[in-house]
Amino acid sequence: MAGEELALGDVEREVRFTLNGRPASARVPVRRTLADMLRDDLGQTGTHLGCEHGACGACTVQVDGEAVRSCLMLAVQVEGREVRTVEGLAAPDGTLSPLQDAFWRHHALQCGFCTPGFLMTADAFLREHPEPDEEEVREALSGNLCRCTGYQPIVEAVLDVARSRRSG
Amino acid sequence: MKPAPFAYADPDTLEGALDLLARAPDAKVLAGGQSLMPLLNMRLARPPLLVDIGRIASLRGIEAAEDGGLVLGAGVTHKRLAHDPAVRERWPLLAQAASLIGHEAIRARGTLGGSLVHSDPAAELPAAAVAADAVLVLESRDGGRREVAARDFFITYLTTDVAPGEVLTAVRLPAPPPGAGMAFEEVARRSGDFALAGAAAVVALDASGAVREARLALCGVGGTPVRAAEAEAVLAGRRLDEAALEAAAEAVRQAVEPEDDLHATAAYRRHLAGVLAVRALRRAGERASGGGEG
Ligand code: FES
Ligand code: FES
Repeated sequence: MAGEELALGDVEREVRFTLNGRPASARVPVRRTLADMLRDDLGQTGTHLGCEHGACGACTVQVDGEAVRSCLMLAVQVEGREVRTVEGLAAPDGTLSPLQDAFWRHHALQCGFCTPGFLMTADAFLREHPEPDEEEVREALSGNLCRCTGYQPIVEAVLDVARSRRSG
Repeated sequence: MKPAPFAYADPDTLEGALDLLARAPDAKVLAGGQSLMPLLNMRLARPPLLVDIGRIASLRGIEAAEDGGLVLGAGVTHKRLAHDPAVRERWPLLAQAASLIGHEAIRARGTLGGSLVHSDPAAELPAAAVAADAVLVLESRDGGRREVAARDFFITYLTTDVAPGEVLTAVRLPAPPPGAGMAFEEVARRSGDFALAGAAAVVALDASGAVREARLALCGVGGTPVRAAEAEAVLAGRRLDEAALEAAAEAVRQAVEPEDDLHATAAYRRHLAGVLAVRALRRAGERASGGGEG
């Protein structure tokens, strides 16, 4: 029976999508998660894996502009879609994005393991909510765990970006 | 933490999906994946075939029905439920419940149908559907289409009335009682966690401020959402004053049969069910038109 059922679907696929603005593709077993394809097939190891079941937020990337958990998506599900990872935040010459720069200035990272997930979450959030207050920022970041910073500098960094946008 | 091997199909029509499921009774339906993917990653589920229904556009509709109700596609995400103007106008209870699920990244992928079919006893949307008197539409290739009331749909812990080969395709919400106020209240240990318990209330008042209709459903206090019919009966015709709310809370505490688990004792959950019932009923009453003074 299992053999027959296997024959009703694919066990491997070529996935074509846009990664940080450039065309990307990989041939993957269909059970591969988006996170594993990014890291193992495409060498984009900026996306980190903590829990691999949706609890920690370390693996957060953006798909068509929305923050999602890349451990809870299959690689084949981004066929034809636009994926953004932490590697896509800085300018090609290495200039940090305003959010990355604010993280740096506020010491919003220590070991850095959680940072890519926080950045991709906050980046999407600031696009959807350009002028958030502190409570909204805390709510938006509540799905990402950090064991080092105590969160305060991360919240400050995100609020800093929101403030400078307002005055700038 | 990698899924066991499976085959994958992502048909772009409902017919295609139903055909696959008829031929592969052990296949699993993949909707938003926010409950199934963890089970796959941990190998608690090992289906031979995954049928991804995420590409089926006909499952993503939100329709304001002529009778004043709503028809929601099973593939509508929690994020859309939380923000959609028609949902917020007609059934704000569903929008509130959806906004309490997980975190934004989870709500961007997780779907209404996925939450109902997964049927975690602590989940918000099953309780909201029961309080709303929702009707669930199930379709299969060989059995056609049937409808099940939400209150009959949840059988026990993680178990529903969905038969092999069937897909939950839509959720029909009737018109809410005229002027009804609604509220969802819950307590979770951390923001975004599953609730220890939650309460969904729908309250309509008459011109004198007395309860014309009250509906109350709870989650996290048993294997399925619990409709608190005794509490509803206690409130009928009464003003929502402290005595009436306390009588409803007592009826709730007697009706629920929570169990001890890692997160809370049964006694605490029973207590919480009463507290949350009062909060939800009071807030729903405040939101009911004409109920401002109550
Ligand atoms: S690794 Fe994806 S949420 Fe933790
Ligand atoms: S900086 Fe170490 S976990 Fe956040």
